[in-house]
Amino acid sequence: MSVVLGKQEEALPPILPAAESLPAPKETTTKPVTVIRPRNAWVPLDLWEIWRFRELWLFLTWRDIKVRYRQTVLGVLWAVIQPLFAVLIFTLFFGRLAGMPSDGIPYPLFAYAGLLPWLFFANAVTQGSNSLVNSAHLITKVYFPRLLIPASAVGAAAVDFCIAFTLLLVLYFWHAWRGLIAFPGLNMLLVVPLMVLLALLALGVGLWMSALNVRYRDIRHAIPFLIQIWMFATPIIYPASLVPERYRWILAINPLAGIIEAFRAVCFGLPMDWLSLAISVVVSGAILIVAAYGFRRMEKGFADVI
Amino acid sequence: MAPAIVVSNLCKTYRLGSRAPYATFREAIVETCRKPWKWLRGEWNRQQEQIQALRNVSFRVEPGEVVGVIGRNGAGKSTLLKILSRITEPTHGEARIHGRVGSLLEVGTGFHPELTGRDNIYLNGAILGMSRREISAKFDAIVSFAELDRFLDTPVKHYSSGMYMRLAFAVAAHLDPEILVVDEVLAVGDAQFQKKCLGKMGEVAQGGRTVLFVSHNMGAVQKICSRALLLEQGELVMDGPAAEVTTHYLKAGQIEGQFSAAQRRVQPRKVEIIDAWMEHEGHRASSFLFGDQPCVLIALAVKERCRFSVELILRQQDGLPVAFAPSGLAKEWELSPDPGIIRVRCRLPPLTLAAGSYSIDLIAAFTNHSFLDCVESALAFHVETSAIGERSWAFRQSRGQGFLYWDVTFSLDVQRAD
Repeated sequence: MSVVLGKQEEALPPILPAAESLPAPKETTTKPVTVIRPRNAWVPLDLWEIWRFRELWLFLTWRDIKVRYRQTVLGVLWAVIQPLFAVLIFTLFFGRLAGMPSDGIPYPLFAYAGLLPWLFFANAVTQGSNSLVNSAHLITKVYFPRLLIPASAVGAAAVDFCIAFTLLLVLYFWHAWRGLIAFPGLNMLLVVPLMVLLALLALGVGLWMSALNVRYRDIRHAIPFLIQIWMFATPIIYPASLVPERYRWILAINPLAGIIEAFRAVCFGLPMDWLSLAISVVVSGAILIVAAYGFRRMEKGFADVI
Repeated sequence: MAPAIVVSNLCKTYRLGSRAPYATFREAIVETCRKPWKWLRGEWNRQQEQIQALRNVSFRVEPGEVVGVIGRNGAGKSTLLKILSRITEPTHGEARIHGRVGSLLEVGTGFHPELTGRDNIYLNGAILGMSRREISAKFDAIVSFAELDRFLDTPVKHYSSGMYMRLAFAVAAHLDPEILVVDEVLAVGDAQFQKKCLGKMGEVAQGGRTVLFVSHNMGAVQKICSRALLLEQGELVMDGPAAEVTTHYLKAGQIEGQFSAAQRRVQPRKVEIIDAWMEHEGHRASSFLFGDQPCVLIALAVKERCRFSVELILRQQDGLPVAFAPSGLAKEWELSPDPGIIRVRCRLPPLTLAAGSYSIDLIAAFTNHSFLDCVESALAFHVETSAIGERSWAFRQSRGQGFLYWDVTFSLDVQRAD
């Protein structure tokens, strides 16, 4: 025992912080206390904690974007090429061949303005739903609010949206200059709150899908065609006015319909359908809240299941 | 001053199967339909097969203490660290932590191969909980610690594994929390870098920080830690001065020495393996050093007279077979004893195995390889980290250099004068 003691004394840390090279942790501020215990089933999001980790969210978003356009010749141009070609095809088939009505707006512009928010939503949800599974190595090794992972997918999609939006502005001014539509007014700034609403909706759906995907990998296969169905259930390539009055309510339940119609209304100065927008706000809010609680509930099992 | 960590009655139960890689909707639906039926038939409990990774672990750590956590693979060390770093939740019990926790369960978490060294420093730092300002302030120190100035703007995928590890550890080493939770991260890189890491760890320990340090390297634990906790099958079995606990751990290790027939692969016919153990210098043991020459003893119940031979398969910890020893190759070594209990002694050659856990399958077979009895992983043992040859070089399974020391004789064959 005495031998053991001698060795132990050698290894004991000095009572006074002797090492000058490293500052001892500060004692002045009150230390945060973390209590780790099994959590009850339904708890709200810890918004304060998410706020403290906001920098990590930025880093994860920045990583997603940087990695996506790494080793590509065209780089971020891809964010424009994708919707542009989709619009070309839609214009050809729906605008020219099928003669789809477009509320008096030139069809390419009409389709592009619908496609932009849609692509943002679709990318955010698709990337978001796979994000947790793809970050398994992080989830099993480090703690941070898991919500940041699907949230960063939304962030990355938002950056793509902003890039593609510049093309919308170009198309827009070109059409206006040719006298095909009126010049945009200040009401165009309303795009910002609409996009925030859309981002929250995308976050809600993304949270839900990503958490389910951790347990049921079926989600990964289901998402692409769910998104496709959703696209046709939303007035993107056709105007909401095309749907008979009797069935309009079905469209209204789809929160995306209200947002995208409002997006176009704001862009082109069309009459706003306030009722369907209000429904969208309520439905999006409900989806986000339910998803946030559900995510919190499933979150604690991620590291064990993923 | 309040203790840094108070752990009380911590339990973690894994439902068997919840670790399964996949569950599908179909399975979930089928299970839901089956449940009431199973419950009716009283099979409810069989559904709930569980593994207790931690059982009622309680301890407290004072600020500034450096505590080592030791134990065999699967003893619950990693689960404990995962709970303390909030990656997974305990099933029961509670842990209270006073102060900012930094956890290092792995170096280089979140490194992205496509990003440059510079980008990865920021990303990894942020993931470990540093703010951007903090990382910027420490950036130069990190780069010079990693000795990678010239490669900062090269994507990490072009790094050698040594460079990668250096960068990863450099970021981790500059994490500056009040409480540091570290899993075996020192077992990386070359010897020189390991020494540097250990030095850094020692420095951190001296700096008055609270450290919880999991390791298999008893030397490191003795050197760095003042106190050690020994976990065995999820229970805290010893808590005391590091030197005492590590010595106890190295001596004991009886758990691994027990015969386990859990993985019997066939219904035994004629001959049944009923017990087995390992001996070293006349004593039962299950923990050996490089170069030891243990024996495997097998007790067999012969029910019917027949000719058979004994075979051993050595597996490394992941279950990969490493070596095979059939007794039947030597013609004279085929048994045909009278019914009763016999004991077979298998003298192993000197162990030239990498440090880590191993298991042995025991097989009683006809010479034409039809099994009379076959028990997979019947015996488990451990090879401790120890120096080989004249130079101190720790040969471990985890280093990815194989499992067997290859005793090659090197000599200079041709020497050119020009």
